[in-house]
Amino acid sequence: MSANADSHHHGPVDWPQEEHVGEITAGKLGMWIFLLSDAFSFSGLLLAYGIRRGASDMWRCSEELFNQGLCSWLERPEPELGINFTAGLTFLLICSSVSMVMSYAAVVEKDMKSAKMWLGLTILGGALFLCGQMQEYFGTFAFIFHHEGLIKEGLIFGQSNYATTFYAITAFHGMHVLTGVTYLTVMWIKMLKGHFDDGNANMIEIAGLFWHFVDLVWILVFTLIYLIPL
Amino acid sequence: MDLQPIHHEPTTFVKKYLFTTDHKVIAKQFLWAGLLFLLWGGLLAMMIRWQWAYPGEKVPVIGDLFLKESGGAITPDLYPKLFTNHGLIMIFWAITPMLIGAFGNYCIPLMIGARDMAFPLLNMLSFWVFVLSQIMVGASFFFDNGAAAAAWISYPPMSGNIGTPGHGQTMMMAAIFVTGVATIMGGINYVTTVIRFRAPGMTWMRLPLTVWGLWLTSVLNVLFVPVLGSAGLLLILDRMFGTQFFVAGANATGTGGDPILFQHLFWIFGHPEVYILILPAWGIVGDVISFFSRKPAYWYKGTVIALIAVTVLSAVVYGHHMFMTGINPLLGQSFMILTLVISIPAEVLFLNWLHTMWKGSIRLTVPMIFALGTVFVFGLGGLTGIFLGTISTDIYLHDTMYVVGHFHYTMAAATFLGTFCAIYFWFPKMFGRKMNPMLGKLHFWFSFIFITLVFGGQLVVGYAGQPRWFFDPYQYTFLQHLQDANIKTSWAAFALLFGQVFFVINFFKSMFAGEEAGDNPWEVGTLEWTIPSPPPVHNFDPIPTVYHGPHEYAHPGVLEKMGKDWLGQDEAFDGIELSASTDEKVAQGA
Repeated sequence: MSANADSHHHGPVDWPQEEHVGEITAGKLGMWIFLLSDAFSFSGLLLAYGIRRGASDMWRCSEELFNQGLCSWLERPEPELGINFTAGLTFLLICSSVSMVMSYAAVVEKDMKSAKMWLGLTILGGALFLCGQMQEYFGTFAFIFHHEGLIKEGLIFGQSNYATTFYAITAFHGMHVLTGVTYLTVMWIKMLKGHFDDGNANMIEIAGLFWHFVDLVWILVFTLIYLIPL
Repeated sequence: MDLQPIHHEPTTFVKKYLFTTDHKVIAKQFLWAGLLFLLWGGLLAMMIRWQWAYPGEKVPVIGDLFLKESGGAITPDLYPKLFTNHGLIMIFWAITPMLIGAFGNYCIPLMIGARDMAFPLLNMLSFWVFVLSQIMVGASFFFDNGAAAAAWISYPPMSGNIGTPGHGQTMMMAAIFVTGVATIMGGINYVTTVIRFRAPGMTWMRLPLTVWGLWLTSVLNVLFVPVLGSAGLLLILDRMFGTQFFVAGANATGTGGDPILFQHLFWIFGHPEVYILILPAWGIVGDVISFFSRKPAYWYKGTVIALIAVTVLSAVVYGHHMFMTGINPLLGQSFMILTLVISIPAEVLFLNWLHTMWKGSIRLTVPMIFALGTVFVFGLGGLTGIFLGTISTDIYLHDTMYVVGHFHYTMAAATFLGTFCAIYFWFPKMFGRKMNPMLGKLHFWFSFIFITLVFGGQLVVGYAGQPRWFFDPYQYTFLQHLQDANIKTSWAAFALLFGQVFFVINFFKSMFAGEEAGDNPWEVGTLEWTIPSPPPVHNFDPIPTVYHGPHEYAHPGVLEKMGKDWLGQDEAFDGIELSASTDEKVAQGA
């Protein structure tokens, strides 16, 4: 049906079909614009981190510096971040991105059984990541990892820029993961109720966009906060 | 898939007027909320002007009501709270909701031929989150130590716990964060709606300039408000949780923060914010001048390119706010040049508006004179800005009343007159009745003359050396001779407030007893005037097909065959020579 014929009915309007807009749904476009916006809020925080770190003479008060008496306001030296553990978490998050794509592909192929499994695995990955962050901060699962968490090791929010930027940025990202897990769980329930049985994967794709964004931002955060050597 | 279903009109009061998803009602909600806070911000401004004219004397009326403890006078403690809240309230809770919240919501779907916003529920949420932020602003006045007092820019260390103790400042920062969330929700909605929901034939180059202005503003909002959110969040962490992002001086010991960092984050947002406020007004003015000159907008494409250029440039000039902060001279020079480059697209806009009027059959209606007033005061603001954008002159003028006069011409006077231009222009569509032109003209002359005088007076005393933010400038002998000029300026401000009475009378009287407006009282061609006033819930039935740009006026062929000097965007007309604003290829395809 041409756009002209449509306009005389009350039904859907297929305009615009311009090259740069294509068939994108409003929801997907809105999500892209939101992600752009969200990227700017992360960049505000990461800029603050970069400027503070670039300007400081001493970022982490290591044991050596502490023993030289260079950080007299602290009661004890600050711990290093556990790169190996967090690399594991990063891998987990990337895997959950893959399972997200698998779920989307399964919905498109109307293979709902695999779609449910892959989406469930994605949610599991996100939830495990959050548990990992809890372990990292509080040592909640110390009985498994034999590591009592950064707070108990002396990385206290507010004591230094090193501690503060670390917690502010990773917690801000953690809130995004929590939002994503909740969002995907809602989608999963919809899927169990048969909402996507017709193969219309639009809503799954939009949720996937958010999830991939959260992963992508984590890779940046991981690189900038953890991997840049002191 | 059903992109634009027709919704039935809600029947309950709550769903129709409170928790509504109808963009037209949400627009009115934003308008009411904005007008209320405009009055509040305006009264705060009057108190500041009183202080500069008669420091230490009892404030009439307001002093008796609210300042009993100090015998009716403004105290040094109260004074910074006045200008801080005046600035923040006007920017975030008066101009933004009126220009972007109200007219963005009202105009975008109607002008592009859509039944509603892309995300009606998000739209409703945006308004109620905005109301929450307004409540937070109100609440910030009731804490110990009172309201926010660190100026609208909220620079640390002034905005830190030592500069401004108490939860009032924290609450204000939180309110800015919350209203930012509302703005982003609105922005996502506007951007998506314009991209996705245009009626058949409504190409980008056929969009009314109003929609262009609002769309570009929304793009800036979506990108830069989050940066302000980050800065505000860090400041709240500093104030509440003992972090030291912006706490100065501790850097030598390896920790501690940097107040300049806040300035960077703030102005990354803050300079685009200036254009966020003025771009919708520019768009509206561009349309209204063409409508009432009965001529196609001169070089429509150029206007659009200029608007886009201003939008892009606005993101890369923020450093000019920090010349006196101590900035690398090379960086300062780059920011200076980029700043001055903005005057080129701005000049294109002005010349296009003048050319549009040139040899037009100008109808001096109320919206038209408000549009002309907007152009004039923005011209003053732009010209005075050159001296602030140039480092060598800025060194002398920085932090004087000259700066205050300059940015009020651009951000306050131009947006104020632009907002009223929009109110007078779309009032007949919103409420179905015409406003009284006589009262409208009285309102205009009072507003225009006195707003020019108020900010002109500030430029003059600023050039003479009066710093901004002084509680009592006349404590300094070298400023004492400026008291006369300040008193005159203050009385101009009081007259400006008085002039608003005409608007209030006109607004309420016309709403209930104005003359019936009919579908198209202004005889213009954009889509919102093809439907009844006020429009039905689903706006268009059916969705119109668009054949022309928004400014098809005074075409001889149309005059001959149809007996009118304008052509609606949805009216097909064979044999018309399309003006520069229309894209021939698509027109034939449609």
